[in-house]
Amino acid sequence: MSFPWAKEYTPAHPFMKWMDERLPIPRLVYNAVGGGYEVPRNLNYFWNFGFLAGLCLVIQIVTGIVMAMHYAANSAVAFDTIEMTVRDVNWGWLMRYAHANGASAFFVVIYVHIFRGFYFGSYKAPREMVWLLGVVIFLLMMATAFMGYVLPWGQMSFWGAKVITGLFSAIPLVGEPLQQWLLGGFAPDNAALNRFFSLHYLLPFVILGVVILHIWALHIPGSSNPTGVEVKSESDTVPFYPYYVAKDGWAIGVFAILYCAFVFFAPNYFGHPDNYIPANPMSTPAHIVPEWYFWPFYAILRAFTQNFFFIPAKLMGVLAMFGAILVWFFLPWLDKSPIRSASYRPVYKAFFVVLCLDMLVLFYCGGAEAKEPYVMISQIAAMYYFAHFLIILPIVSAIEKPKPLPYSITEAVLGKDDAARLEPSA
Amino acid sequence: MARILSILVGLFFTVALLWSFGNGFYTWAIDPAAETAEEVFHKHPEAHHFSFDGPFGTFDHQQLQRGFQVYQQVCAACHALKHVAFRDLAQLGYNDAEVKAIAAQFQVPKYDAATGEVTTNPGAPTDYFPPVAYAGQGSPPDLSLVVKARHGGAQYVRSLLTGYTDQPAALLKEFPDSKTPDGLYYNPYFANLNLAMPPPLVDDAVTYSDGTPATTAQEATDVAAFLAWAAEPTMDKRKQTGWPILGFLLFATILGYMSYRNIWANKKH
Repeated sequence: MSFPWAKEYTPAHPFMKWMDERLPIPRLVYNAVGGGYEVPRNLNYFWNFGFLAGLCLVIQIVTGIVMAMHYAANSAVAFDTIEMTVRDVNWGWLMRYAHANGASAFFVVIYVHIFRGFYFGSYKAPREMVWLLGVVIFLLMMATAFMGYVLPWGQMSFWGAKVITGLFSAIPLVGEPLQQWLLGGFAPDNAALNRFFSLHYLLPFVILGVVILHIWALHIPGSSNPTGVEVKSESDTVPFYPYYVAKDGWAIGVFAILYCAFVFFAPNYFGHPDNYIPANPMSTPAHIVPEWYFWPFYAILRAFTQNFFFIPAKLMGVLAMFGAILVWFFLPWLDKSPIRSASYRPVYKAFFVVLCLDMLVLFYCGGAEAKEPYVMISQIAAMYYFAHFLIILPIVSAIEKPKPLPYSITEAVLGKDDAARLEPSA
Repeated sequence: MARILSILVGLFFTVALLWSFGNGFYTWAIDPAAETAEEVFHKHPEAHHFSFDGPFGTFDHQQLQRGFQVYQQVCAACHALKHVAFRDLAQLGYNDAEVKAIAAQFQVPKYDAATGEVTTNPGAPTDYFPPVAYAGQGSPPDLSLVVKARHGGAQYVRSLLTGYTDQPAALLKEFPDSKTPDGLYYNPYFANLNLAMPPPLVDDAVTYSDGTPATTAQEATDVAAFLAWAAEPTMDKRKQTGWPILGFLLFATILGYMSYRNIWANKKH
């Protein structure tokens, strides 16, 4: 589970020794985020985002539990209980804004974390399982965030729920009955609100469980690093404590400043004004949009405007929207280049930059109204999205000529590695 | 084999998208969607600086009291304010006796579950603003959250209240079918340009006790400020809380950065 030179936990105090023999939690912590976990010394700031994502999860669970103490999942009063929390509960406004902006912060962090993975090839052997669990976490986050947004029972809550649950009706034959069964009615109402609340409370703890698996799986091979070259010797690594505790520590400070700037000074920036209007099934908003973090995938959903042979456009859109995320599961086998880091893959690096721009275009189109030219732009952008993962990556990884890799992390950092002289590099 | 399969799946999605794109492009090139009157004539709210704008902004209590006067004497005829309690008005600078007196000016219905009767009594400070019975055209929205519920916030409310005009001749020329229907009023700040609310404010609709001249623009500005307060009475507290927290975080982050530099001092990375 670790490198041979990793320090072993040695309890100093008799109580810790007693504890270690019975329930070795201190040992577990020491080996996971303490002096016993050896980490490549050359991690850049993109590697802080995993820790930050964990922090976001904790913020969401803590603020969410407090919100739930004052919330009533009843379509008649749900909207009012949130207002009551914000106006009359001590620090209720802080809990509400911290939770709503916490969701946005979580997605900002997670998108950086995922694209870090794309660039540095974090999904490649032997870390496929880390990656797969990460995609599972992302899917769970999307489900949790979607259901959480429904709970205030505002106009966007209701109509967002109606549009997204309406996607199930695109499934052939069983679609409509399935949708009604899932909602407990013909449209989102009290039954749907209650089950969404129940699941919104449950799923974060499922996420927590998968996060533990994600970290466990990571700690088997250890963290990757910006060169993508595996750890070879002791001079390649530093212990997590104190080195990365200090680095994550000050990164948390920067994150907290930005997060608090939004919570205290622009708390509604990420929100939509329509969600301050109570849900009204008789009045459709002019422009239904989900939360910003769904926009790229919402753009893909709406890009399919024509039936494709016998497949209805709506079903194509649903397949593509889910497919756009599910394709990430196959990434370790689509990109078979043995080189991890894009720093040594000039062709892949160029396509990675295009993918980033492409996501921004999809993001913009997903938030825009469904009219021309945005629909045409999103169609082109969605074409690139699928081509990138399913066509370009398999071909590039087969034909690309990579740049020479450093012998080791030590050589990349110090310019030379004494160990390199002992064995000729490939 | 896996590579061929993935390329085939990729082609499936890209060709389907190309098909949608081609159709969309053809329609767009041959028969582009005509502009609507709303797209051409809708105006964004007029810029106005309120005292509560920006991270240092706070509510101007004198203005909020004037705005409340406009709400009470004009808007309250049709619009409710159900999330606000009379006791909240103490935040505007009214003392306890004044809050009691204001509450007593409103009739608050109370339902007695034992008898099934509804009795109406003068309000107490603990009551919320009561519902408003309205029998005219349209459905006046509750105003407690209106500033948060509209793009442009208080600026929108202010612009809407002062924005009534006659329908521009150019609009009728370009869009002959878009004449404002009877019973509606033209207002370029409203999303679909025609709304059921008649122009509510006129000069001297109220008489301000602090002597401020009650022009239509002044009334609109004051009531927009009051509604911004009604939408978020905790705003001043939120900003006041934010600064020390940001200050502490900045201090802690600098310490964190120094300890990071210290710990890594001899470790090239």
